[in-house]
Amino acid sequence: MILRPAPILAETAVSAAGVYAASPQLLQLSLAVSVLLFVIGLVGFLTRRNMIMMFLCTELMMQAAALAFVTFSRMHMNTSGQVFVIFILTVAAAEAALALGLVVLLYRKKETLSIEAWSELKEC
Amino acid sequence: MLNMLALAAASSAPNAALPAVHSAAGDAHAGAEGAANALSGWISGAIAAPELSWAGWILGLPALAAIVCWVCAALRVKNKLPAIVTVAALGGAFGLTLALYFSYTGHYHSPVTVHLYDWMRFGWTAEGGSGAAFGSAEAFIADFGLYIDGLTLFWMLFVTGLGTLIALYASEYMESDVGGDYCRFFGSVSIFLLSMGCLVMGGNLALLYLGWEGVGVASYLLIGYYYGKPTAVAAAKKAFVMNRIGDLGLLVGIFLVWRHFGSIDFATIFKAVSQPVAADAHWSMGLIPFFLMLGAFGKSAQIPLFTWLPDAMEGPTPVSALIHAATMVTAGVYLIARMYPFFLLHPDALHTVAWIGGMTAFVAATIGLLQYDMKRVFAYSTVSQLGFMFLGLGVGTTFGAGYHVFTHAFFKALLFLASGAVMHGFAGQLDIRKISGLRNVPGFKIVSWTMFVGCLWLAAFPFSAGFFSKDEILYVAMTDPVHGSPVLAWIGLFTAFLTAYYTFRVWFRVCAGPVAFQPGEESHGHFHPHPPRVAINGVLAVLAIGAVLAGVPAYIAFFGGENWAEHMIGMSSAAQGVPSLGTSAAEHAGSAAHPTILGFDGHIAMFALSTIAGLAGLSLAWYFHLANRKAADSLKQSLLANPLVGWLPRALENKWYVDEIYDALFRKPMWAIGYVFAFVDKHLVDGTLVLGSGRLTAGLGRVFQPLYNGVLQGYAVTMAGGLGLILAWIVWAWMGGGGT
Repeated sequence: MILRPAPILAETAVSAAGVYAASPQLLQLSLAVSVLLFVIGLVGFLTRRNMIMMFLCTELMMQAAALAFVTFSRMHMNTSGQVFVIFILTVAAAEAALALGLVVLLYRKKETLSIEAWSELKEC
Repeated sequence: MLNMLALAAASSAPNAALPAVHSAAGDAHAGAEGAANALSGWISGAIAAPELSWAGWILGLPALAAIVCWVCAALRVKNKLPAIVTVAALGGAFGLTLALYFSYTGHYHSPVTVHLYDWMRFGWTAEGGSGAAFGSAEAFIADFGLYIDGLTLFWMLFVTGLGTLIALYASEYMESDVGGDYCRFFGSVSIFLLSMGCLVMGGNLALLYLGWEGVGVASYLLIGYYYGKPTAVAAAKKAFVMNRIGDLGLLVGIFLVWRHFGSIDFATIFKAVSQPVAADAHWSMGLIPFFLMLGAFGKSAQIPLFTWLPDAMEGPTPVSALIHAATMVTAGVYLIARMYPFFLLHPDALHTVAWIGGMTAFVAATIGLLQYDMKRVFAYSTVSQLGFMFLGLGVGTTFGAGYHVFTHAFFKALLFLASGAVMHGFAGQLDIRKISGLRNVPGFKIVSWTMFVGCLWLAAFPFSAGFFSKDEILYVAMTDPVHGSPVLAWIGLFTAFLTAYYTFRVWFRVCAGPVAFQPGEESHGHFHPHPPRVAINGVLAVLAIGAVLAGVPAYIAFFGGENWAEHMIGMSSAAQGVPSLGTSAAEHAGSAAHPTILGFDGHIAMFALSTIAGLAGLSLAWYFHLANRKAADSLKQSLLANPLVGWLPRALENKWYVDEIYDALFRKPMWAIGYVFAFVDKHLVDGTLVLGSGRLTAGLGRVFQPLYNGVLQGYAVTMAGGLGLILAWIVWAWMGGGGT
């Protein structure tokens, strides 16, 4: 994968700020990990039927996005991305509490964790 | 103009701020110059007279009576209270009209307006003054007010007077219906008289229209009084629909008046119309009289809208008398007389009125020749006489038309009430072939002889009131150099001959000859005639005396005096149609040649011709229907047997097939169009557009329904796929795709 503008931007950022610059290879590696995490989450979400597993997969995708934020923040020497990550972690924590509570409630209704038990709103 | 100011000053004498100036205004015998000044005064010089506001009770009393009657109907009153209240209220209204007559004539020398209360006021300008700017309609103001002049009083006197008598007659005639129907009847009669009063006394065209529609509604209620009878319901509907066609014309006429003069107040528009018409006036101004006359044709049963009137006798007989004599049908004549300055601006409009009137008179008289139903003959005679009135208006004599309305009101009310008494006494029998020798049936003497008076008057027997009023119309038609039309006068004369014949055909058949009768269809068991009692006989006698007295003004004029009716109509917006005042009189004086007919002096020749026409018709009727009734039947048989002329009596008996022609020309096509529209509505609008759009969305929904299969991961795959596509597109664009 070639991202043409990235090295140039990184170099100018380093020279302008005069601080330690991460190597482009490291940044590309982080992005690759982010993509990998996202794909794992997506595929997991699409294939698993267990509600808890599906929930964990969505968490994975979210963290992949957070990692991408951090990486780009570092790449552009801009702290906004890191601030975003703090927010994402907070929201993820709250959402995990809610979602797990919902899963418990759903389990109590039908004594199963399978998502296929819940399809009342289908059209046919 | 100065003269007009002096006139206004003179007319405000009762609360005089200025010294009263004697002017020639009130004097009908003034010379041509004085007459012209008097005219402008009577047309444009209206003043406000708040001291006459008690005249509003002429409308208030019938309104109260109507309310009481309908309350009685709601409370199911089972006595004659509604009749007593109605007769009292109408009598009171008549008394007030008389009082108004005496406090108006002699004291005021111009039309007066009485403001009762604000009604409709829409202003566009800060001041919003009524008619402040001619031609630029900036305000619409219609107050509830009265416009009183000679024409108003002339009309109201016979409307309220005859209304009272007819209500009194009905109190006995309708007594078999005492109860809810009785209340309904008198409630409607009160509304009828209230509306007629509003029409005649209203100070602006909106009030006139209110009354106009009011009489339409009241006539609908009364013609359809026997609502269980399909023919009565059909007749009521027919009257209403035919009147609506005319009413549309009146309404458009009123719109045009407002458009051009910025006001619908009589006082304002008459002042405006007496100014010279601007050369750049819009062409639509010329349409005003034509639209107004369409309204008049509808209400007064002229060609082409006359067929409702003969059918209107489906209502109880007092209603027929009310419609034919006092109230409804005279409204059209009143409208044209009231708006006469507008008609004078357009000679074509007057010619149209004259020709429609003359043709209606003739056609209706021919139909009347061969009808067997007594009331139907009289109904066609009303149409015919109304035709004479329109002929009079069209040839420029509002006096002749107005006086004929007045005399006709008496003798036609008399004839209808007398035939109602026959109907009442013989269980609904009206066929003139089935009753004979009525004058020798005990108890029917008054009916027979009052009917005789009515027939003489209708047939224009020499020196009867009907003779003088009809004579005036025919004389002007024959001699007037401006609007006159000798052709129409000869048609009118022939119609007068026919009138005398068919009128006395009825009287000689029903009242004379040997006594013989069959009861009508309402009789049960053993039948003997049921003679009228005091209310019916009394009213008939009063009406007969009234009919005789209606001729008195003409006798006075005959001996060189002044005709009261001429004087009254001369004091109004119709003054230009009064011979001693109008434009034709001025030319008449100027030409210095007395008009002649066939080389003789006009007046004498006309008297002679009318007398000959009337007596010829009468003697023909006497021969065929009293002296030798067999001859009439054999003549009819021989006519019917002759293929060349046999169609004529058949056509006459079937009323010239007018109803059938209208049915084929208008009703059937309407019916067909209705079916087409119903088909289009059902299949195109409802079937295709409304239901089709519903089905389209439902069908589309069904196509996409399987996508919502309830499997969460299915939805997620769709999302991921979409996301993937978007990503692919972004990458493709990034990589320089798209050929840049």
